Amino acid sequence: MSALPPYATTGQRVWYYSFRVICGLIFFFLIAPIMVVIPLSFNAQDFFTFTKEMLSFDPEGYSLKHYRDFFGNPDWQDALWNSVKIAPAATLLSVSLGTLAAIGLSQPHVPFRRAIMATLISPMIVPLIISAAGMYFFYSRMGLAGTYWGVVLAHAALGIPFVIITVTATLVGFDHSLTRAAASMGANPVTTFYRIQMPLILPGVISGALFAFITSFDEVVVVIFVGSAKQQTLPWQMFTGLREQISPTILAVATILVAISIALLTTVELLRRRSERLRGMSPT
Amino acid sequence: MADSASNGAFVEFDRVQKSYDGETLVVKDLNLSLPKGEFLTMLGPSGSGKTTCLMMLAGFETATHGDIRLGGTSINNIPPHKRGIGMVFQNYALFPHMTIAENLSFPLEVRKMGKTEREEKILRALDMVEMGAFGGRRPSQLSGGQQQRVALARALVFEPELVLMDEPLGALDKQLREKMQFEITNLAHNLGITTVYVTHDQTEALTMSDRVAVFDDGRIQQLDPPDTLYEAPQNSFVAQFIGENNTLEGTVKELNNGLALIQLDDGELIDAMPVHESVKAGARTRVSIRPERVEYNKDRIQEGAHTLKAEVKEFIYMGDIFRTRLSVAGNDEFVIKTRNAPDVERLKPGQQIEIGWLPQDCRALDA
Repeated sequence: MSALPPYATTGQRVWYYSFRVICGLIFFFLIAPIMVVIPLSFNAQDFFTFTKEMLSFDPEGYSLKHYRDFFGNPDWQDALWNSVKIAPAATLLSVSLGTLAAIGLSQPHVPFRRAIMATLISPMIVPLIISAAGMYFFYSRMGLAGTYWGVVLAHAALGIPFVIITVTATLVGFDHSLTRAAASMGANPVTTFYRIQMPLILPGVISGALFAFITSFDEVVVVIFVGSAKQQTLPWQMFTGLREQISPTILAVATILVAISIALLTTVELLRRRSERLRGMSPT
Repeated sequence: MADSASNGAFVEFDRVQKSYDGETLVVKDLNLSLPKGEFLTMLGPSGSGKTTCLMMLAGFETATHGDIRLGGTSINNIPPHKRGIGMVFQNYALFPHMTIAENLSFPLEVRKMGKTEREEKILRALDMVEMGAFGGRRPSQLSGGQQQRVALARALVFEPELVLMDEPLGALDKQLREKMQFEITNLAHNLGITTVYVTHDQTEALTMSDRVAVFDDGRIQQLDPPDTLYEAPQNSFVAQFIGENNTLEGTVKELNNGLALIQLDDGELIDAMPVHESVKAGARTRVSIRPERVEYNKDRIQEGAHTLKAEVKEFIYMGDIFRTRLSVAGNDEFVIKTRNAPDVERLKPGQQIEIGWLPQDCRALDA
């Protein structure tokens, strides 16, 4: 952080400090709701507020009962299991299709490139409730509504824009003479893709995959429309829990989800750094 | 060119045309054939079609018309990865996520070569370019010159019979460039590989090649060994493009005894070799004279030389040579070059001198 230069005027000094205060406030605004949830999830009572014991740091005020409820309750376990079945399948589909689309759209000769790109990205821009309603009617006709694959397809459609955007961004820096070099050495297009292009755009693919995964894992609107009780995911169960039971177990679930998100982000960042080091983009 | 197939041409362009938009031809009617083992350079300004020709040979561009043959068979319908042509790219195109050894291993792996054989060939190729100790490094850890050597080794490691090089020395500094020119030529000749080299640097073309094809406007303007190209340019473009050149404009008065009598625009009459087909009595022409073929020292002006009056405009000391700009027959940009020797007079601006050159060094070309 740069210190104030000795010639700074009073105005600059005031701005220097107020800038930091504003940044801190924004950070607090973003983080506070999440941070409040974490200690509350250890509440020994079935309340959504801090009890007197908790505020006085009495060990009696804290317990893991909501976590026990989450891991013991078959409703929650089914929901968790559904999420775990749906998210990876949707992610895999988004990543495969999104990556192929991004590579195809990065070719210079594709006609209507912008129009195609805009169409593929539209699920990200169109209000979710509209997509959800549309998907519901469309999937009903196709017999996909209320099925596992229906939810997977719907979530894949939501995840694809993220993959396209991140992979397209990585492809901008991709040197196409590398694929020509590979061809001149006798590698067919498939080998060239897997051995040359894929490893180099992997950081984009991975962050796209992460976004797609989180989208599916957190999604509640589309799954309520397209899914049936059999596809009740974790966010759906939380939504129901909030509306019908008002059980602090959702706080425990929220904490677990936050932990998973942090773990995923950390992993991806480490992978990204590693691959950048391999590509020689940052000093070893 | 038509009978080249019978005398064993290895690479052949037969009436090749290329257009990107279907209207303008980037390459117009290209005919070229080179025998096995030749080092041919395609030289020309940017946009002259030389790189397009190289890309068509590599298979990254398709010819709009005509045939490209390799070893007697047409390769028009063979995809790049089945042509077996080695290629060195301008930006080296080393795979950044692989080590140097892995980069070299790649063409061998796609050929399904065994591990021991691969390792042996990689080592030999790296030793060839004096990079044997760098197998475990990554491209980003090497300097430009080292990356260039690796790119060369990678293009040669699978022992192709034809290697294409697209301005491979463009990004290197002058000294390294001269060293690499020498090394590439030696390597190509020792291994007996046929090389097609693209550059816009005429010095590179002259020093490295067996033959140089000078490209302009989608056509080969002249295809000759470097010395012929320099000493006997066939048209004004080649004369201007290769080396430094003085031009005097005039009209052809008459042709006799194999010489053309030319009246320069200021009235002066000179003799010149009629080179271009357009040099006929009454036609406009451009006369080309190389700066180092002009003498001003009275003792050195040879018998039979044509002499003219000149005024010194500028004298530049360049170390090994003196470069003097003169005003000759109305041309203020007439340059002569003299070797720096103890007995050579250093001219001063404003000095009136007499210069001379032999009629055979003076070539009448197209206007």
